[in-house]
Amino acid sequence: MIKLLLKNFKERVIYCLIIFSTLVTVGILLWIFIFIVKNGIMHLNLKFLLSNYSGDETGIFPMIINTLIVIASTIIIAVPIGVSTAIYLTEYAENGRIILVVRFAVELLAGIPSIIYGLFGMVLFVTILNFNWSILSGTLTLGIMILPVIIRTTEEALISVPKEYREGSLSLGVSKIRTIIKVVLPSAKSGILTGIILAMGRVSGETAAVYLTVGMVPRIAKGFLESGRTLSVHMYLLAKEGISFEEAYATATVLLLITLILNQIVKVVSRNEGN
Amino acid sequence: MNIEKNTASKNRIIENIFSKFFFLSAIISIMSLVIIIIFVFAKGIPAIIEIGLMDFIFGKLWRPSSNDFGILPMILGSIYATIGALLIGVPIGILTAIYMSEIASKQIRKMIIPMVELLAGIPSVIYGFFGLIVIVPLIDQIAGNGGNSLLAAMIILGIMILPTIINISDTSLRAVPKEYRENSIALGASKMQTIFGVVLPAAKSGVLTAVVLGIGRAIGETMAVILVAGNSPQIPISIFDRFRSMTANIAIEMGYAFGLHQEALFATGVVLFVFIIILNLGLNLFIRKASD
Repeated sequence: MIKLLLKNFKERVIYCLIIFSTLVTVGILLWIFIFIVKNGIMHLNLKFLLSNYSGDETGIFPMIINTLIVIASTIIIAVPIGVSTAIYLTEYAENGRIILVVRFAVELLAGIPSIIYGLFGMVLFVTILNFNWSILSGTLTLGIMILPVIIRTTEEALISVPKEYREGSLSLGVSKIRTIIKVVLPSAKSGILTGIILAMGRVSGETAAVYLTVGMVPRIAKGFLESGRTLSVHMYLLAKEGISFEEAYATATVLLLITLILNQIVKVVSRNEGN
Repeated sequence: MNIEKNTASKNRIIENIFSKFFFLSAIISIMSLVIIIIFVFAKGIPAIIEIGLMDFIFGKLWRPSSNDFGILPMILGSIYATIGALLIGVPIGILTAIYMSEIASKQIRKMIIPMVELLAGIPSVIYGFFGLIVIVPLIDQIAGNGGNSLLAAMIILGIMILPTIINISDTSLRAVPKEYRENSIALGASKMQTIFGVVLPAAKSGVLTAVVLGIGRAIGETMAVILVAGNSPQIPISIFDRFRSMTANIAIEMGYAFGLHQEALFATGVVLFVFIIILNLGLNLFIRKASD
């Protein structure tokens, strides 16, 4: 009887620990969000969002634009390469060894810390190729960094396209490449889109690699060879130098809102897939 | 007839061009990995040779101004912080995953998943800022040490690895066949006994993968650590001491370093890189063994 009670007690304790852990996970998320948004929302106004960062002005407009430029150019470079790689892996590769090597490379690329990407970009693009701290150096560095995300999600999406689609199209005499472009890719598009949005999130939140390759000039970059501070780098500098906590809270709120929006888009996109 | 032949050969050429293009794209990943390794190592290895491997890795003094380049404090700092992050993140993460896959109803599960995704999407600099503003003052209140400390980094990194641990553990727990659970319950085991005695062991390779990826994320994190660690290049004796990670060493000093100093920072990157490669190779070997 006592044994049974003890056993029951032990079960209860473990159960409580499980519930407690889940509450911690959820609680931390809510804590971070509420704390930052509560303190940041007061300073968030159009003037802050749309004015420059020079003289008396402490706006983040240049950082927003630079972030958008970096996201767009990185996506433009990395998506074709990443999607093509996934197509090769799922539709073309017959040599098992090549697949293995590519997969291993992608896995390792995914595991490399962003600061190492930053170091690499700094040596090759900033110094040796003499692009200096610029959008271009950052784009090339980040382009490699997000390849694994795009390759993996695209590969998964392509694999989940039923074989019959391909066979049906091929048996109608449609060439392989047309089958891929007209049948396979469209069926996999929401998966691919999810990968692209995740990659956008990664780029917009990246700091270490951007800091070492794009630099931190707080003005809108007027060309690909100019430096430009992104939102995350701005956030880092505000927090690190303790310049202004008001601005830091407000910038953090903007970054959180971007995260929230991108997450919502992923949800909508993958819900469409279900239908 | 002739026209048909022409389109057929044209098709073949197009097909050829595309398949070459796809192949080349696939090669880019391999090439990128190779050039990243070459450039980082080429810039770092000379410094390691000049300083001496032993003096570099086991040297306790980092004072670039007087040519002391020992990174033992940073290596230990990174390792300690990572261990602390695991102690915090792994149990909470695995238990959360257990709740999501084994206990929660469908509706509750649907509510938690987006929260975990959001946790994964928050930029690391935000975690660092949150640590600086909330965790650091809390620790200061308890220990009166200013707050910037190993403990602060452990907590922040522990939070940051949560989504990785939860996602991968959850996936592998759900991949355990239903029959395992049913059989265990049928044999008279309780729910908890089933979870911890049957389901979790069956999912262990997935859970281990989660832990290894968590280690990778923690040891490679830069900005969040810089904001809460205090960054003094000394070996931390207690969790309330300030410390500096390998990643912080690189990011903080890269802005103004030149010559041997700059190369020593790349060499720090080389050491970090070697850690990551060993981690990945170990994981690969383990997974291959587990799947045999």
